Amino acid sequence: MSLPIDSSYRRRKLWLQQAVFALFRVLSYAVVAVLFLILGFILFHGAGVIDWTFLTEAPTDGMTSGGIWPAIVGTFWLMVGSALFAFPVGLISGIYMSEYAPDGRLVAFIRTMTNNLAGIPSIVFGLFGMAFFVNYLSFGDSILAGSLTLGLLALPVVIRTTEDAFRDIAPSYREGSLALGATKAQTIWRVLLPMAMPRVITGLILSLGRVSGETAPILFTCAAYFLPKLPESMFDQCMALPYHLYVVATSGTDIEAQMPIAYGTAFVLIVIVLAMNLLANAVRKHFEKKLKSK
Amino acid sequence: MNKIEAKNVDFYYGSFHALKHISLDIPQNEVVAFIGPSGCGKSTFLRLFNRMNDLIPGTRLTGQISIDGTDIYGRSVDVDLLRRDVGMVFQRPNPFPKSIFENVAYGLRVNGVKDRAFIAQRVEEALKGAALWDEVKDKLKESAYALSGGQQQRLCIARAMAVEPSVLLMDEPASALDPISTAKIEELICDLSGRTTVVIVTHSMQQAARVSNKTAFFYLGEMVEYGETKKIFTNPDQEATQNYITGRFG
Amino acid sequence: MKKWIDRIARWVFTVSGFTTSVVILLIIGFLFTEAAGLFRNPIVEEGYVLALNPKNPVKELSAEQIKQLFDEDITNWKEVGGPDLPVRVFRLEDLDQLYTEEQLGAEYEFAGAKIAEQVQQSPGIVAFVPDVLVQEAPGVRCLPDRTIPLKDVLLGAEWYPTATPSPIFGILPLVSGTIWVSFFAILIALPFGLAVSIYLAEIAPEKVHKLFKPVIELLGGIPSVVYGFFGLAVIVPLLQQTFGLPVGESGLAGSIVLAIMALPTIITVAEDAMRNCPRTMREASLALGATRWQTIYKVVIPFSITGITSGVVLGIGRAIGETMAVLMVTGNAAILPSSILEPLRTIPATIAAELGEAPAGGAHYQALFLLGVILFFITLFINSCVEFVSARNKFKR
Repeated sequence: MSLPIDSSYRRRKLWLQQAVFALFRVLSYAVVAVLFLILGFILFHGAGVIDWTFLTEAPTDGMTSGGIWPAIVGTFWLMVGSALFAFPVGLISGIYMSEYAPDGRLVAFIRTMTNNLAGIPSIVFGLFGMAFFVNYLSFGDSILAGSLTLGLLALPVVIRTTEDAFRDIAPSYREGSLALGATKAQTIWRVLLPMAMPRVITGLILSLGRVSGETAPILFTCAAYFLPKLPESMFDQCMALPYHLYVVATSGTDIEAQMPIAYGTAFVLIVIVLAMNLLANAVRKHFEKKLKSK
Repeated sequence: MNKIEAKNVDFYYGSFHALKHISLDIPQNEVVAFIGPSGCGKSTFLRLFNRMNDLIPGTRLTGQISIDGTDIYGRSVDVDLLRRDVGMVFQRPNPFPKSIFENVAYGLRVNGVKDRAFIAQRVEEALKGAALWDEVKDKLKESAYALSGGQQQRLCIARAMAVEPSVLLMDEPASALDPISTAKIEELICDLSGRTTVVIVTHSMQQAARVSNKTAFFYLGEMVEYGETKKIFTNPDQEATQNYITGRFG
Repeated sequence: MKKWIDRIARWVFTVSGFTTSVVILLIIGFLFTEAAGLFRNPIVEEGYVLALNPKNPVKELSAEQIKQLFDEDITNWKEVGGPDLPVRVFRLEDLDQLYTEEQLGAEYEFAGAKIAEQVQQSPGIVAFVPDVLVQEAPGVRCLPDRTIPLKDVLLGAEWYPTATPSPIFGILPLVSGTIWVSFFAILIALPFGLAVSIYLAEIAPEKVHKLFKPVIELLGGIPSVVYGFFGLAVIVPLLQQTFGLPVGESGLAGSIVLAIMALPTIITVAEDAMRNCPRTMREASLALGATRWQTIYKVVIPFSITGITSGVVLGIGRAIGETMAVLMVTGNAAILPSSILEPLRTIPATIAAELGEAPAGGAHYQALFLLGVILFFITLFINSCVEFVSARNKFKR
């Protein structure tokens, strides 16, 4: 070879590669180890607290003993409420984006707006929820106001997954249905929706997992510090797991005695997120199998 | 004299037997074309010559391939040195996200050439060799993506030639190009023959006939026939070859 | 019939398509209306005035000066451009000590006169009293009140939203608190995030990738209160010991927690971007004799730099907007920070901590909405950056 190459260069570049790769490997393992550590730390401390009483009873003695049942129920209702809002609205606007909206500036504009909505910090949603749902529409501090605020938070994700799911369906399916004389609405309802549904549901479940852990949006729209009884209607306030964790971890009469309760609550929250992830995976797998077997 | 010798090569992607028992010799400084229908293994075989398939997990090779008499899958072989000596041009133009100049200089730089004057001179030579110099000499600093598809592919050839490889592998280099660009690429290949060993995979039989000295026909992972290009296209020994080149393929 | 359904469906879809746009408009509308109200508030608490002796020539006092007067940090009028005269602070409660109940009247009907009496007696007095009591009192000069100036809010270095007689809404401590915490969070998260994303996208064996990627994505979904709680339980005491701090709740604790929270975002987006780098691009580099590392930093990273940038910017966005975790570990002292090891307070944490106590419609409430507006604009700006970057990317390729 006639290339003027310093003979040590090759050795150096191979050595550099080894050094860099080793460094990156170490850093990566460190990060994952830390993440596991956090998870493990909370799960380890929380697992000891979890028992039947903890899960099924209300807090007693000024939050220093008893369980978290009302918070579990509250979080459940908030998830249901936000799903009831975010799912239909998100689904329909996602379909609009993919199937109806004329391509070009309008879609770009709506997409930008959706992205912006997704980027707004949750505390701003909380402010808005308080100003709009609680005060302006005078829902008061209620499950309704909290669910709607949380639903807004989940909306961009549902819209985006719906739009992507519909866009990824090959045009031939639409053409095939339209060619048989079906209207656009029929095509969407009978052909496209069933195909897109698994992904939409998966997206919804994942965003609900996220909603279940949000605190800032419900701080001023719904969450109660302590309620002895369960909510009876959607105009009642409720307790919620993330807010409960915040409360027992940062304020109260006896922080020492509250620590186990905080660990237990964090444990339940993590389990919910984990369960939602697993559920989403299971849904995806189930539908994939179904589609394949057809 | 043979530049590349392959003996009893079998190659597997996982459990898929992609290449079956192939032996062939490629003479120095000639152009050899691999033809055959898609999925026949011709590209896979080509990529064995610079160990590109090493990058794909779950692959396995048996048999022996040697270049200049050295087994390139031997233990003491340095893959980066092998690849410096065996250049490659890909199906689609794939310039780096860099300037035109830096694209051509890339191979020199990653191999440790520091001499600026030398790099500048070699870049110019390579671009001239790829018949691109006149078109880009005033915009060497511009992004390579500003070039047309055909220009990009010639840039990729210049990039490969800048490190003076003794073998150039071309994997359907003109399949993504228009006829005029294709003609320019073919001209380049003809220029290279006699100076460099060129192995070209193509799905165009006319192209193989125009540029190559020898042609190998692949079918379903086997090498059906290998010989002088003229003979393959006029009087092949095998019926399968005959069927393929006459377009009577099933 | 079929046609009608189709038409109705089209209409419903179209209306619904604009939901997000409408929500954004509503958010802007409601946040802005509330926030703008702040600048219609007088400096002195509504319904009250500051009464001075007519001989005192001081014409104007800023909110900060008023606070210092009443905290008795300013004890002489010359410090605020008046005559050399000692300040006497007078609050409504002081009446009860100076006069008996009979003198004031059962319904405070004589209170106005008594205040006037006090004001006339001492030339250096500043009395914080309800305006109805002194409106027509003779010999009392009410300091003309102004509305809260924009400048004092945006450039004010003090945040005392509950100070009387005049709350101070300088947002600089909160803005700088947010910047400090986010800056250090990114400083910590960036090297780790990039290293992990490069490792996962380019170096890790498939098995490791399959294990790490879902874990990292899962951790992106863990609620922020949980991270905050972990920070409170582990990081805060750890920092307190390591640096020998009086309190462990500090900007650094917030930064560390935020860094951990921003990591999944950065890693996921950056890794996806690098995975999108075409295989042939990598092969072309390797085919020239480049090592894998040369290929990564000379080809793959330049190619996916826009995606990597998006990931980092999104991570920053997440850090800036994060509320609960920061609220739990930063100590929430609304002062201009001089060190990252001190307690400080961010914009979102301020909203979360104070909105519950701020009476709806009051100046404090409106000031918190103003913070919301600022936060909204910051995230809008960050989003536009991401959009701009990815738009440029499309143009290039």
